[in-house]
Amino acid sequence: MIRFFKKKQTPKFREDHIYKVRNSKKYSNFEDIRFVALDTETTGFDYENDRILCIGAIAIKNNKILVSDAIEIYVKQDVFNKETVKIHGIRKNGSEEKLSEEEAIVKFIEYLDDAVIVAHHTAFDVTMINMALKRLNVGPLESKQLDTNYIHKKIAKTDTYKKIFSLDELCEIYNVKMHDRHTALGDALITAYLFLKQTAKYKKNNALNLFDLINTNYHLLK
Amino acid sequence: MKNTIAERIYDFLKNFPPFDVLEKEQLFKIASNVKVLYIEKDNFVFKQAGNPHEHFYVVKDGAIGLYRNMDNEQILVDICDEGDIFGLRPLIQNDLYLMSAKANEESVLYAVSVEILKEIIQTNEKVKKFLIASFSSNIKTPYAKGTNGQLFANIEMQTSNTSFTEIRSAEFSKNPVTTLKNSTIKEAAQIMSEKRVGSILIVENRNPIGIITDKDLRQKIATGLFSIDESVTAIMSAPVKTFKPKITVAEAQIAMIKNKITHLCITKDGTNKTELIGVLSEHDIVVMHGNNPSLLIKKVYRAKDVNNLKYIREKTTNLLKGYIEQNIPITFISKIISEINEAITIKAIELSLEEMDKKPPVKFGWLALGSQGRKEQLLMTDQDNALVFEDIPPEKYQSTKQYFLQLAKKVTEKLNVIGFEYCPADMMASNPKWCLSLSEWKNQFDTWIKKPTEDAIMMCTIFFDYDLVYGDKKLVSAMSGSIYESIKSYEIFLNFLGRNALKNPPPIGFFRQFLLENDGANKDYFDLKSRALMPLVDAARLLTLSHQIKGKNNTASRFKKLIKVEPKNQDLYLSCIDSFNILLQFRTSQGLKNNDSGRYVDLNNLSKSEKLKLKGCFKPIRDVQELLNIRYNLAQMM
Repeated sequence: MIRFFKKKQTPKFREDHIYKVRNSKKYSNFEDIRFVALDTETTGFDYENDRILCIGAIAIKNNKILVSDAIEIYVKQDVFNKETVKIHGIRKNGSEEKLSEEEAIVKFIEYLDDAVIVAHHTAFDVTMINMALKRLNVGPLESKQLDTNYIHKKIAKTDTYKKIFSLDELCEIYNVKMHDRHTALGDALITAYLFLKQTAKYKKNNALNLFDLINTNYHLLK
Repeated sequence: MKNTIAERIYDFLKNFPPFDVLEKEQLFKIASNVKVLYIEKDNFVFKQAGNPHEHFYVVKDGAIGLYRNMDNEQILVDICDEGDIFGLRPLIQNDLYLMSAKANEESVLYAVSVEILKEIIQTNEKVKKFLIASFSSNIKTPYAKGTNGQLFANIEMQTSNTSFTEIRSAEFSKNPVTTLKNSTIKEAAQIMSEKRVGSILIVENRNPIGIITDKDLRQKIATGLFSIDESVTAIMSAPVKTFKPKITVAEAQIAMIKNKITHLCITKDGTNKTELIGVLSEHDIVVMHGNNPSLLIKKVYRAKDVNNLKYIREKTTNLLKGYIEQNIPITFISKIISEINEAITIKAIELSLEEMDKKPPVKFGWLALGSQGRKEQLLMTDQDNALVFEDIPPEKYQSTKQYFLQLAKKVTEKLNVIGFEYCPADMMASNPKWCLSLSEWKNQFDTWIKKPTEDAIMMCTIFFDYDLVYGDKKLVSAMSGSIYESIKSYEIFLNFLGRNALKNPPPIGFFRQFLLENDGANKDYFDLKSRALMPLVDAARLLTLSHQIKGKNNTASRFKKLIKVEPKNQDLYLSCIDSFNILLQFRTSQGLKNNDSGRYVDLNNLSKSEKLKLKGCFKPIRDVQELLNIRYNLAQMM
């Protein structure tokens, strides 16, 4: 009885999401995996009180960044923090076409499909999205996740156990040009570049295997 | 939905050919479908003989080397840097990769779908031409029949973009003076006098059918050939040449020179079947343009002293500038400028002859040498000339030679004042070494041919391109005849000439600010003359000599003649002509821009499309040198 009730509460996008991720046949072959480099712009760093203003994401498949497979969603929010406007430049009533939080999240999850999420400090972006899902009474993302910060730690020879690398630092290390920094899609692209370069380096030692990569992710066990 | 990344890619691509000529929507479609790749140093994008990918590549950052494998050796063919495209030909021609592409440094590439490009090629002729042209520098046999004559078509596209505004529409006289065909000549002349005009048009239903000018009245009426009571149709020039109202100054000039006419009729649609709306006379053009080739030549004839000639030569430079800006074909420009140069030289000789105490003791010929002899001298470069006089008894030799040396001194002085500076190597008729009797010249050529030292070969490259400017034709043909006799009896001379022609191979291409030399040396300056123009000039000379072709001194006409003699090499020679014309035009515009000889090109100042244009010319040079190498077995001689 309770189970039946619960099931009825689960919206279709959530069901689809779980189905796609759990049944995907692509994960075993690196060339087939669709990665989605993700970045969110938010009103701040408080998971409870801050909100997502923009989600930017771009897909990577078979070592290529697919410009045609990108998404940039602006989100209508009542929460507003004029301090962070300086960073991301998204005003409360800016001219961008904005979606409601629910529309935005549904659209993003549909876009995400069975992709593996790649982000920089992935825990932050994913938690922000999970909090939005929670407000919709929906469970968290099930997608597999990677973090350019941890992939780097695995590649870097020196002991960097405690060090947290910023996106800017990694761009410096991997010689990635920074354009459109602090826009969601811009940072997503930078992350995608980092990911391409990191996987190229990673490949040198071992053949590429998603689960090896995921194992770099000891903080994000998924 | 907005896609910031696609916009960024759009902004990048739009700076580089062929993307710069795409419609905005077309380029945006390409940008939105780009795939971005990262290639680590020393990794391959594709390998020779591999199957074509679905995409071709544009270098975003880094550098990709293109290599060909030959006998287990990788030969660097080209380096592509920011904005260069590669890996396209196999996709379009459905062929395997002919080269390997390897990252010389870590690189970011944009992969562009060939399907989208194919769609665009269907509708965008300019892109198609660019691509055909760019293949010519990348593929094994660029002279495929299918692309005949279009290999360099992109040049036209690139320059027309920039000079479009330079082409002014000619302003013609509206409401031209007309009369009907049943008028008499007298009536027509009366109307002309009344309206104070030099020409009258004969119309039928407002369409122009003929024209009468002052000249017709002078030549046909005043001489009594026709009565003034006859119909205008008796003396009118018909049919008239008609043009569209949008005719440019340049087109009008060409039309007048080509048809040897001084008046053009402007009709509604450019045919003589529509209403006459105006007349464009040579005079209108002079007023508009200030410079007119036929007028300049007329002025040369009338010139009273050197200062007049100097003025005319300066005007000629303006004319040249105008032509280059208006993108007039270089073959036409060189014809006109050479005509004027020749007329000026003739006038300088005539003026000098007048200054001499007595008439020349014997017949003589004034020869232009080198680029002027080949009629390829567009900019003011230094003078190279020589003099030949008839054989005379030994006792008269000294006085005769003195006479011609004195004459030559006067001529070269004048040419120097006019702006043709003295030859630093003193290759001038005023030098006793180059002011010789016919037999002396025959001996001189014979010595050069039979003892082909390095100096002798160098002399041959200058003196073989002579052109009689003034004087006796027979002397010159006797000279040419003897040269061919000498070569016939000592054919190995051609091999020496061939070795000289291969002295300067063209570079592979450009990389960033550097010239990509075959031997890897880098330079900031490119010697356009010795590395690009001279190899073609030398090749053309050698090949015409080997076929005993006489009377062809101009590089383009030498190749044209060669096509007739060796039809199997038609495609190669055609591309040599194209290259030569492009290079000559390039040198001329560079020279005009920097007010120098245009010989040394600063690579830092070249745009991407200029580099591409030059690069396209290197391929035919390499190929014709290869042909010489095989034909004259030069590898053994090196």
